[in-house]
Formats: sequence, structure tokens, C-alpha cells
Amino acid sequence: MQDVKEFRPTIVAFCCNWCSYAGADLAGSSRLVYPADVKIIRVPCSCRVNPLFILRAFQRGADGVIMAGCHPGDCHYTSGNYFARRRMTLLFSMLDYLGIERERTRVEWISAAEGAKFAKTMNEFVATVTALGENKRLEDLRCKK
Amino acid sequence: MQEMMKNRAYALLENGTVDRVLGWTRGEFAYDMTPAVFRNADEVKNGFVYNDFCAANLSKYLVKECRAGGKILVFLKPCDTYSFNQLLAEHRIKRDMIYVVGIECFGKADVEKIKEMGIEGITGITAKDGIYTVSTIYGDKAIKPADVMAERCLACKSKKHVVYDELIGNEGEVVEDCNRFDMVAKLEAMTPDERYEFWRGELSRCIRCNACRNICPACTCEQCIFDNPNSGVSQKAAVNSFEENMFHIIRAFHVAGRCTDCGECSRVCPQNIPLHLLNRKFIKDVNTFYGDYQAGEDPTAKPPLGKYEKNDIEPGEAGGAKE
Amino acid sequence: MQRIGVFICHCGTNIAATVDVKAVAEALSHEPGVVFSTDYQYMCSESGQTLMREAIREHKLTGVVVCSCSPRMHEATFRKAAEKEGLNPYMVEIANIREQVSWIHKDMAEATEKAVILGRAAIAKVHLNKPLKAGESPVTKRALVIGGGIAGIQTALDIAEAGFEVDIVEKQPTIGGKMAQIDKTFPTLDCAACILTPKMVDVAQNEKIKIFSYSEVESVKGFVGNFKVEIRKKARYVDEDKCTGCGLCTEKCPQKKVPNEFNMGFDTRRAVYIPFAQAVPKVATIDANNCTMMKTGKCGLCAKLCTAGAIDYKQQDQIVEREYGAIVAATGFNPLKPDKFNELGYSTCQDVVTSLELERLMNAAGPTAGTLLRPSDKTHPHTIVFVQCVGSRCDVENERGKSYCSKICCMYTAKHAMLIREKYPDTDVYVFYIDVRTPGKNFDEFYRRAVEQYGVHYIKGQVGKVVEENGTLKVQASDLLSGEQLHIDADLVVLATAVEPDKSARSIATMLTASMDTNDFFTEAHAKLRPVESPTAGIFLSGVCQGPKDIPETVSQASAAAAKVIGLLAKDKLTCNPCVANSNEMLCNGCSSCEKVCPYGAITYSDKEFRGPNRTTLIRRVATVNEAVCQGCGACTVACPSGAMDLKGFSNRQIMAEVDAICKM
Repeated sequence: MQDVKEFRPTIVAFCCNWCSYAGADLAGSSRLVYPADVKIIRVPCSCRVNPLFILRAFQRGADGVIMAGCHPGDCHYTSGNYFARRRMTLLFSMLDYLGIERERTRVEWISAAEGAKFAKTMNEFVATVTALGENKRLEDLRCKK
Repeated sequence: MQEMMKNRAYALLENGTVDRVLGWTRGEFAYDMTPAVFRNADEVKNGFVYNDFCAANLSKYLVKECRAGGKILVFLKPCDTYSFNQLLAEHRIKRDMIYVVGIECFGKADVEKIKEMGIEGITGITAKDGIYTVSTIYGDKAIKPADVMAERCLACKSKKHVVYDELIGNEGEVVEDCNRFDMVAKLEAMTPDERYEFWRGELSRCIRCNACRNICPACTCEQCIFDNPNSGVSQKAAVNSFEENMFHIIRAFHVAGRCTDCGECSRVCPQNIPLHLLNRKFIKDVNTFYGDYQAGEDPTAKPPLGKYEKNDIEPGEAGGAKE
Repeated sequence: MQRIGVFICHCGTNIAATVDVKAVAEALSHEPGVVFSTDYQYMCSESGQTLMREAIREHKLTGVVVCSCSPRMHEATFRKAAEKEGLNPYMVEIANIREQVSWIHKDMAEATEKAVILGRAAIAKVHLNKPLKAGESPVTKRALVIGGGIAGIQTALDIAEAGFEVDIVEKQPTIGGKMAQIDKTFPTLDCAACILTPKMVDVAQNEKIKIFSYSEVESVKGFVGNFKVEIRKKARYVDEDKCTGCGLCTEKCPQKKVPNEFNMGFDTRRAVYIPFAQAVPKVATIDANNCTMMKTGKCGLCAKLCTAGAIDYKQQDQIVEREYGAIVAATGFNPLKPDKFNELGYSTCQDVVTSLELERLMNAAGPTAGTLLRPSDKTHPHTIVFVQCVGSRCDVENERGKSYCSKICCMYTAKHAMLIREKYPDTDVYVFYIDVRTPGKNFDEFYRRAVEQYGVHYIKGQVGKVVEENGTLKVQASDLLSGEQLHIDADLVVLATAVEPDKSARSIATMLTASMDTNDFFTEAHAKLRPVESPTAGIFLSGVCQGPKDIPETVSQASAAAAKVIGLLAKDKLTCNPCVANSNEMLCNGCSSCEKVCPYGAITYSDKEFRGPNRTTLIRRVATVNEAVCQGCGACTVACPSGAMDLKGFSNRQIMAEVDAICKM
């Protein structure tokens, strides 16, 4: 008999330094629990997130990728998240078009004051990705765990 | 048509308007027309060919030609002029070094379709009164153009030149009711599983020959990230399904908002992968989400990824999945 | 290969209670490049920092990873400590194992595993870190203020007060702006000229302030601390240095029929004129479009009369180039012209006026010498109807007006109503409003006085139609509270028109690479926390150009902008953020994609020579990032298809290394 291990997804969260990363800090200092499956990468702005990074994450075994930035209109750099929004809209639509599960990618706007939203979003996203199971459609077999 | 073009080339070389001519010449086979540069009237006389096998979009070759100096005459079909404008907008070519002769186009023949009809030993093609005459070593065959026309020409978006210095033949119109997004819509209507199967079936044939990239008038990077070992994402041959996907997704993303839908990528793909369906997805999405935009139509227009609206659609609302 | 030291902070029990810090230190010690790995109770403490510094020295560390609280807390602390030991501060990275691990996870095994992964990601990043040096740029200690209204005047005075030079560029022949045209000011009802003109005189007399009147900004180059600005001094055909402002020419000029814009066209001025008595500079200007000499060459009376010899019909526009460290936009506003509101009769009835026109009709220096008379027949109006929100709070779709509230109209209308009732108690005054908005110190009290003490009839409702019949204005309106249709025979109708940004603001914003909203108001760097700065470094905002405001608010913002400018000019050198974009010229296509998404205008292009194949040279257009202007958002790096554009400190390779470390378990 093989061990049936409970599936735990790997989630990469790109968070902008000014809003969402600070929102994650607030979630932390408010002791709001979300699963350890989420690992945060700090970027200066959501507009720093290159589609390459997202594909790279899937390649290396991520099961879900989420990008979080300042609310539209609140970008520290005034327009970064507006550009990021267009890029991610198109990229995610393309992934969907290729038959890659839409639910594996997500964009959320989380301000520095929204610790609770950060935790809630991560809880939801982990639940969604866990339900989907392992990412098989965009994996690189060489990078298999 | 060919004679008119040659005569203009002679005249413009003669009076010193241009130093070189960018056109087509015969390749290995009679249906294999390849871009070529002609330096003088003699070269034009002996080598210049124009017929309905001359499908190549010459605009990309101008990037290199502009660097060689002098003034270049280029023959552009309506769809090629969009690529030309896009290159101009991106400062990849210099307008004052180029003399554009727009040429009328009714669509180009796809030699594969002709071969599928069992026609062999092709030696040439002529068009007259709306009928193709394909000459072969076994004699001439008359074909209806619609039966053998390239897919991209059947879904032609414009018979109007967006830029030219002079025109040979008549100016056409933008095709308002072209059906180029039909296949994209059909794919969108499938389930994600069906789409995944479709694209796996297509992309798994990719041999990473880079023909799509090398022909693409939007792919003019000094060095492609996939060739640059310092980029951290360089690949030579795709070793598995991920890299097949990765290359094509990123390539489509890099040309998103810049691709004029000239269709060269699919034309040159030796594996017949319908790569244009990736680009058209982005074009369709841009049109749907941000308003109609045709890259290359207006070289001064801001590209869709270089601008934004405060109330743009959210990525979460833009899913195409129909389940 | 880097020599990396890893330091795991217990943060008392904040981290250590949930994360097995010893196990993390042990696990990370086996990572490639790690030559030292330890844990300590409080890394941020003096002794913790000493521990780190000793390790840097002893183990010749080239990189440091601290697993501790959020980098937003102590990144700067650890970077400074490393710097003291001679290590480049940007070789230090933080793994956030408190906010992101110990505080939110309960299970120790799980938390420890995640802490190790975050530590690995930081180590992977440090491997690719490069020493970064913050650049410096000098600061030109002079400011430019664009616009010489009350906003520009206050900003300039405050900056000059701090000892810095200031130039004011004003497109009109005099400074003073809209406030100079206003009669009285709310809520104190003091005379606008009485409080404004002393400030104008202060400006004129201040040695640090130079006024470029009748001038416009032609071009702006450079960046924060180092702007180069071309100013066009329009030809006024009068030598400013010679003119004494005696006014003889303005009295004798035979061309008398030019509409006087200062009095909103209710009277006339001469072709050579000084806008008003207290103008600064008090210098005449010849209006070339109306001057007989300029048009036909036959007259020259003013030149003959001028004892100072100041008249110069051959004067040309002059371009002056000046350098500045900071620029303040104070371009102000104009009242919206209500010509799209046909039903209100502005274009057809002489006795339908705007509020600013009413100011002139009530002003002692105005066309009627302060007596309120109807423009049509110069009689005293007995019934006056005020219409509020003309062009404000409109549907954006109908394109007649603005979507926003102009903020000042409720108060000035109350002021007008009150002043009229005070001076002419026999007058009936009606005010039609959507809402009366009076937030502000002593504002609501002021409005209530108008209603309760002065008996102004406030009616919630809108005016549907104004038509003239035998010299009477028939006003049709609805009273929303009673639901009744009202018919009022009025003698004068006053429209409280919306404020709109000055038309010149858009082109100035483009020159400054400062962003604007859809209404052409300048955008602030942060709506709440940086309200007087533009997102573009070195550009500041003063007054209505940023959004509708009244005089006290304008003055506060003007002083706030001045404080920001003074803070900037007080520095000898600006330290730049070293985490900025930079372009690899070998890879750059010169396609301009990056420039289009840069909010700061930090990217420029130039043709550069490169070595081509076969010993040829090749000219290629390539991008250059101005590191003093770039703020490091990274928008350009994703717009760039070739990967030529990258961000220092957050490079493509660094971020992908973090991704790899996180995903590879």
C-alpha cells in the first residue's frame, strides 16, 4: 500500500511592497491565520510582476499563483497597478484559453490596512487550489518534487 | 502586375530615388518565393518575381536594410503595411530611408492546398479574370482561388494600405465583416479540458525551429530572451510540454498589442501549428476589454498595454471559461 | 560564489515559540554559499547587531540573510549595521519569519519548514545581489512657480522667506489671479483686494522673487534638483524697466473700445492698459490686436507722450532660460462658461450673469463703482435669483459640465446673497440649490446667517428655464420639497458656474511629465499622504490646479507646497534610490515600450554607435534611465520584450531565484 499523503499545494504570492506586503504584515501582527502553503515574494509594485515569473512558478511546481497590489488609484507609483491589471487580465485569459485552470491564478487588490482581507483571500485561494489538486497542465517534469 | 512592378523598380533605381529594391525571387521551387534585395536594374530584370505565391511580408527585412544605409524600395501588400507602421512606431525602421510601393492584393495561394488537390510538378501560377492557372510539368490547371487561398487571406482584415508613397493597382477597403475571430470564439466555447487537449495536440508538435519568431515582424529584438543565457529563461530545443507552452505563451505576450495579425507565424510553421490563434486571442481580448485596436493602423496610437483606463476590467472578471 | 551569513532571530518568543530556530539555522547552514549560520535572541538589539558585524568581519561575509520580522521593520537597521562593517548595505536580505510565519502558523513543524523555505529564497536572492550605490545629484537652489494667483504668490513668498530664490511665471500682465477680481471673501466678508494687494506688493519688493509677467513656460527639461526651463516673455511693447506705471498712455490712447477683461467685459479699456490700479508689476502693456499703431502704423501717440521712452513697438518675444531645483504648478482655474446651458439664458439675456461677473458688478473699483445695477438698463434689480451647481455635479455623459462639486459655489452664493440683502434690504433674493454644502470653519454658521438673519429664500430645486419678457426675467423652477412649480419674475439671475482647471494646465503638465486626472486637475503623489506633491519628483502642486478649493485652503496648500520645496532646496545633494531600472544597451531595441509606461518620464532615447558585424559601426536607438528620476516601480521591465530593462535590487534573475527556491521543495 502506498501512503496516501494529503495534498498540500504550493502557492506563490507576489505582493507589492507598499500595500499588499504591508497588508500581509498587518495580517501577521493581527495573528490572522492562513495556510503555510502561501509563500510571499516582495516586489516593489505589481507592475514588476513579469508573466515569466508566473510561468516560472508553475514550471517549478507551484499549484497556484496570486498577485496582490494596491487598489486601483492607490498605487504608490500612481499607475503601476493599472498596467499590471491589463497585463494580468490578458495573461490569465490566455492561460484559460490554453485550458489551464482559471482558478490557479488570481489578482487581488489589498491595501496596507486590509490585513483581514489578506488572510481571507489567502484562505480562499488555498482552498480553491487544494480542491483543484496538483498542477499538471503547466508543470515541468524535470522540476518534479 | 509583375511587369508594372519591375518597371517602377527600374525607373526609381534609374532616377536615383532608391538604391536598392526589396522584393521576391524564386527559391528552390517555383512556388517557393523568397524575399530578396536587388541592387540594380539587371538584378531586377533577372531575378524579380511577383505572383500569387509571393506571400512573405517584406516589412521585417527593412530593419536590417535600414542599417545598411541608402534608400530602399519595398513592395508591400495591404496587410504588410500594418507591420510596416508598427515597426515605424517602434523606431525599428526609418521612414525617410524607405520608399513604399503599395501593391494591390486579392489574397495569396497556399501551395499546400494546391498539392492537396493532387496537383504536382508546379512550375508557376498566374491569375486572370478571377481564376488561377497553375502551370505544371504535366500541363496547366485552372483553379478557383477561393479553393486554395491561404487561411489568413480568407479571413483578410484589410485590403487598404495604411501607408505608401505610391500605389500599383487599386486601393481596397478595410474588411469590416472579416471572420478572423471565428476559430478563437469556437475554442472559447469549448470546455477547458477540450481546449487543453486541442492545444496540447497542436503545441506538442513544436520542434522549436524558431521559424515563427524569425519571420515575425514584431519579433525584432536585438537578442531574444530565449536565446540569451543571461535572461535565466533561455531554451534551445523545447524539452517537454512546459517549455513548448512557455515559449509560445511568452512570445504571444511579448507581441500582444503589437501583433498586426499578418499571419506569417502560421504560414511558416513547418508543423502547421495554428500559432495565429494565440495572437488572435490577445487581439480579440484587447478589442473586447479595451476597445477596438488594430496594431499598425495608426503609428502614433498608444498601444493597449502602454495605457490604461481607471475602470478597466478586473482580471477575475475577464475569464473566457464557459462551463 | 558569495560567502553568506545567516542570522535567525528569536524575537524573544515571538518567533522562537513557533519556529524551531535552531533547526532553521542548521538547515540553512547547508545551503550553497552559506559559511555561517546562527540564531540569536534579538537580532535588532545592539548585541545582535554586534554579533552580525563580528561574523561579517570574521567570516569575510559578502552577503547576509536575516530571518526575522518584516523588512519594513528592520531592513534599514541591518543594512546600516552591515554598512558599518564595510559590506554594501544592499547585500543584506530579510526573510520575514515573524509576520509571515510565527505569528500566523500554530504548528511548529509546519512553521519551521516554511521558515526554512523563506530563508532559502532569501539566500537564493542574495547570491544574485550586487552591491548598489545610491547616486547623488546636485540641487539648483531656486524654485519656479507657474501661476501668479494667490496660490503662486503665497508659495513664492514662503520660499523666499526661507532664503531661496523664486521666479513666478504669470501669463497675464499682472499677478493677482482670480482673487484680484473678487469683491469680498467668505466667511469674514473682508475685502479681497485689501488682503491680496499687500501680498502682491511684498512679492514685488522681495529681492529673492523675480516676476516674469506676461510670460509663459515654453519647455521644461531635466529632473528633480536640475530643471532647465525656457520662459517665453511675450512682447508687451513696453520696456518694463523704463515704464514707471504713470498711466498717462492708458488715459490718452485713442483706441477706447476694447472690452475690459478684468471687469468681465462690462466696461472698456484702452489698447495700452494696466489691468487694475494695484497691478504688479505696474507696467503698461500694449494689446497688439487692438492698437492702431501696431495694426496700421499710424498713431504712435503713446510713444510721443511717454516721458520715460518706454514704448517700443518693435519689441519681440524673448526666450529666457533659467535653472531650477523645484517647480510648483499653481495654474489655477477659470469659471466654466455656461454657454451649453441654453435654458438658463446666459447667451441670450444680458441680465443673466455668472458669479464672477457679479463680483465685478458689486466691486467699488468695478464698472458700476460698487452700485449693483443691471447690465441691460443700469437699473437697480429688486428680485435676484441665484442658481447653484451650474456645470458642477453634472452627468458626465451629457458633456455640459463637470462631474465634480466645485466646492466654493455654495459659500460664495451665500456671501453674494448676504451682501445684497445687507446693502439693498428692499431686494428679494432666491437661491436654488441641489444641496448646500458648507463644511469648513464658520461656514455653516455663515450660511445660516444668510437664511436666518438676512432672510434669503433658499429653495431646494432646480431652475428649468429663464426667458426674458419686456425686461423681466421669467424664471421657471421647481421646489422639490413642496413639489410645486415656481414662477418668479426676476430682474437679475446669477449662475454659480463650476470651476475648471485653466486651459494651459494640460500642456504644462505634459512638459512637467506630471500626471493629470480626467478633469485636468493635477494628480497628487498620494491622495491622502502626499497631497501637495506630484508623483513626478521635484514637481509640487499649489491651489486649485490640484482640485477645487477656497482661498484659505489654497493658501494652506500653497504654504505646504512651499515647505516641501524648501525641504528639497535645503539639501545640497539628493540621494537617489539605488533600486532603479537600468537598460542594457546591447539588448535594447529602442522600441519605446518602456517609455510609455514610465510614470516619471525617466526614460530617454539616444542614437548610439555600436560595433556591427565585420568591423562596421552601427547606430542604434537605445534607452537610458535617469537614475535621479526613476523611482524603481519596475513597470518598464515588464514592458520590455527583450529583457534589456531590469530593476536593480529586484532583477528578473533575483525574483526567479526566489520563485525557484520557494517552489522546489
